[in-house]
Amino acid sequence: MTSMTTLDRVVIRFAGDSGDGMQLVGDRFTELSAAFGNDLATLPNYPAEIRAPAGTLNGVSSFQVHISDHDITTPGDAPNVLVAMNPAALMANLGDMARGSTLIVNADNFTERDLEKAECTSNPLTDGTLENYTVYEVPMTSITVEATKPLGVKPRDAERSKNFFALGLVCWMYTRPAAPLQEWINAKYESKPMVRDANLAAFKAGRNFGETAELFSPYEIKPASLKQGTYRNIVGNTAVALGLVTAAHQANLPLVYASYPITPASDILHELSKLKNFNCKTMQAEDEIAAAAIAIGAAFAGSLAVTGTSGPGLDLKSEALGLAVSLELPMVIVDVQRGGPSTGLPTKTEQADLLLAMYGRHGECPIPIVAARSSSQCFDAAFEACRIALKYRTPVLLLTDGYLANGAEPWLVPEIDDLPDISVEFATEHNHTNVDGSTDYWPYVRDPETLARPWATPGTPGMEHRVGGIEKQDGAGNISYSPQNHETMVRLRAAKVAGIANDIPDVAVDSVGGADVLVIGWGSTWASINAGVNRCREAGHAVDFAHLTHLQPFPKNLGDVLKGYRKVLVPEMNLGQLSRLLRAEYLVDAQSYTQVNGLPFRAADMEARIMEELAR
Amino acid sequence: MSVNGSTATATAVNLTRKDYETGQEVRWCPGCGDYGILGAVQFALAEMGADPANTVFVSGIGCAARLPYYMNTYGMHGIHGRAPALATGVAMANPSLDVWVIGGDGDMLSIGGNHLIHALRRNVNIKILMFNNEIYGLTKGQYSPTSEIGKVTKSTPFGSVDHPFNQLSVAIGAEASFVARTHDMDRKHMMETFRLAHEHRGAAFVEVFQNCNVFNNGAYEDILKKDARPDMIIPLVHGQPIRFRSERRARCGGERIRRAVRARPPMWACATCSCTTRRVPIRRWRSRSAAWPTRRIRPRRSACSAPWNARSTRSKCRRRSTMRSSRKALATSASCCTPAPCGRSTDLAGAPATCSYRELGGPHGVRRARETQQSRRATQPSTARAAS
Ligand SMILES: Cc1ncc(C[n+]2csc(CCOP(=O)(O)OP(=O)(O)O)c2C)c(N)n1
Ligand code: SF4
Ligand SMILES: [Mg+2]
Repeated sequence: MTSMTTLDRVVIRFAGDSGDGMQLVGDRFTELSAAFGNDLATLPNYPAEIRAPAGTLNGVSSFQVHISDHDITTPGDAPNVLVAMNPAALMANLGDMARGSTLIVNADNFTERDLEKAECTSNPLTDGTLENYTVYEVPMTSITVEATKPLGVKPRDAERSKNFFALGLVCWMYTRPAAPLQEWINAKYESKPMVRDANLAAFKAGRNFGETAELFSPYEIKPASLKQGTYRNIVGNTAVALGLVTAAHQANLPLVYASYPITPASDILHELSKLKNFNCKTMQAEDEIAAAAIAIGAAFAGSLAVTGTSGPGLDLKSEALGLAVSLELPMVIVDVQRGGPSTGLPTKTEQADLLLAMYGRHGECPIPIVAARSSSQCFDAAFEACRIALKYRTPVLLLTDGYLANGAEPWLVPEIDDLPDISVEFATEHNHTNVDGSTDYWPYVRDPETLARPWATPGTPGMEHRVGGIEKQDGAGNISYSPQNHETMVRLRAAKVAGIANDIPDVAVDSVGGADVLVIGWGSTWASINAGVNRCREAGHAVDFAHLTHLQPFPKNLGDVLKGYRKVLVPEMNLGQLSRLLRAEYLVDAQSYTQVNGLPFRAADMEARIMEELAR
Repeated sequence: MSVNGSTATATAVNLTRKDYETGQEVRWCPGCGDYGILGAVQFALAEMGADPANTVFVSGIGCAARLPYYMNTYGMHGIHGRAPALATGVAMANPSLDVWVIGGDGDMLSIGGNHLIHALRRNVNIKILMFNNEIYGLTKGQYSPTSEIGKVTKSTPFGSVDHPFNQLSVAIGAEASFVARTHDMDRKHMMETFRLAHEHRGAAFVEVFQNCNVFNNGAYEDILKKDARPDMIIPLVHGQPIRFRSERRARCGGERIRRAVRARPPMWACATCSCTTRRVPIRRWRSRSAAWPTRRIRPRRSACSAPWNARSTRSKCRRRSTMRSSRKALATSASCCTPAPCGRSTDLAGAPATCSYRELGGPHGVRRARETQQSRRATQPSTARAAS
């Protein structure tokens, strides 16, 4: 056996046609690495069309995975290894590859026709384009066909298994154990023995090729020393789903999730619809408005009600959100942000819905906002959104994005006993005495501390009451058009949301002491900012870092934190939404650093921008 | 809003209308048909012994949609058009509740049309009462999706050119499992209809002709005035043969009167040039059963040069005859019930009818409805399905 080199981390990108099964291969490699104990982060990237024309640049789908023996947050800037199944995949990704990195290409797919489809005028394998890279030309298709021939698989069908050949090869290169994958193939293709055997044969052929071709030497990446506990690999949408179910469990309430399918939020609906056993009811509504309305109805009837969508759907829900604010019922709205406006970039990520979440409704209509910062933290963010909604009887917006939704990382599965009890008490007794001594239930009598109103659910005798979107009298809840009362109610609703600041943690500053510059972000930019700041620190610069999970209201200490720095830098995947809010709220000269290309910031770019700020 | 509810929980207690009244001042215009409907709803609930604590009224926006505020039950006054969806959420979260949905014709058929058909299709266990005054009342008098062609309103000073819905066809088309029509002048019939709707497990759609005496006064005059009623209303009772006035009175003269009623085509003033011609609805039937015409027929042009949707066709239009014969076919195949023989929105039956009939399967035909009826009864109501 060839000698083994130990690496602390590696970034691998699998790229191919969207029909080549690259997402599947990436997923499997991630699972194997997670089981092996590496820390990891992933970045799936695929076209919005289900099938763009095969072999073209538009049809390229890729999956990047970063594995390491230490704590990492980003999927990595530049891959160390690119697996390219055809010329289009090679050319579409070459720009991201650093000089000296490794390219493994499927040599069988570089015919004249393939090159033409990829808009190559000459063959990049021979024209010198790749001279700065280490290139391995592997005839993946023909070896796969050869390897599966004894099984009686037709060549056309055999070709489909070539992604498992590629996976086998990369698994051998990075010394991943084979058995878990073989088990997975056995289970997954149980009903199609021919496909199962072809895939197993292709996977084995890939490993054998690595071992016998003597082109490569294998690498080892030791397991990361993560905190003790049970880990699983998780993507953001699954984490949101589990967070919601867990919150419902801790609140002792049934969960109702109503949604209309939309990329990239649909997976939350898919996940939750499997979890009926946790007292979770899901409904695929006729549109997003109906989904929001169904959630409001379910909240009125006493469930933990949630609706989930992405940007275009959030636009549609705004009127219903106004109703929820007016009714003061608990409800969570998940917005998995994607590139906009309009249909925009459905499969790409962006953070441009912050101001919509903040202000996108008519009238004074404040809604608390919680934003998740990493795929696994989506669980905590979803739980926190439910906690606030239930305690304060208010709709709460939970912002995630396309990158978090599909990106995977290891997640330390929490112990149920360690999670707080967030149960609520329904009102069952009258809370108002009339002058004649009779008693009534008044739906808008408030808890003096939280300003939350009582929650009496239909079916409770003696508590019959009406709620509605028309302005209601403070306390009694009857229709009231009185100007004074409206003023009171608008201010009460605002004060209730503002008061949540007393119930959320202060923003924590990751400080090195004596820093001049604070980098502050929100949402999924956490990973890139973290990586960028660390690079600056390694270069000997003092930079502080803070990240916001609560955006409405802001943590109480935020103003003081911001005022403690000469320079504040706000990186965002939009045109400067948080920076605008910080400037307006705290009168600080927050500098905006923005990117809207549908992808997360690269750590190197982040580092460069922070250095610029340091030099300013 | 006070202690009434708590005393009214036991079904043994005799309930009266008072038990369902709230302290809120009822604020419809004096003389509005909504008062009559509110009364009928309260009387009907009292008669049924419906537990106020277990009853929820959900509405959208409009004059009609104010009703929940006047009911001493649980209630939610929502947003325009979305009441069926709000109610779906309530029924899904707690299937043991009695959920009523209240809305106007604009609320239900215009902005909320989508939610209405989907609620009916899902057969959620909710009772939908649509107060049809053929106008937008709350916004002070614009034409609605049930206003007839040529209707002069604030937003259509030269007469509306839009074709109205046949609302019962909409409900039947969505395969509603209970469809009925009643009117605000007949409390007994309203109460009976509401009771039947209440007994139905699944989505019930009840249209109530309602007079808006401010913006569309007398919309139903021709049907509802005392001397017209016997001719203009054909009571449809589930399981009973259809009986026209003539048949109800005496067998002998029946044929003549019946023919006379049938033959009377509704007259419509052409919106543009005021020539009085017959209107033929330009509707495309997707015909999957023998009961409906299989051909799509465009109206033949008349001499009139008004725009197509205001234009009329002469009575010899092929479509007309097809429709008539097919209606007959359907009527006979459904010995107990018939779809919406409503003259107001199709020109086929001369007489609009009051009908309450159940378990009708929509244009796919009565037979299919009958077949599914059994299985529907046997299975859980669809709140259970929705919950999956
Ligand atoms: C989103 C929205 N658009 C428009 C309105 C204004 N609006 C209120 S009620 C109504 C029409 C009501 O007509 P209908 O449903 O027939 O009820 P009616 O008043 O006749 O009983 C309209 C357009 C609204 N409240 N909300
Ligand atoms: S406007 Fe018409 S429907 Fe509305 S309350 Fe007045 S009379 Fe009734
Ligand atoms: Mg109306």
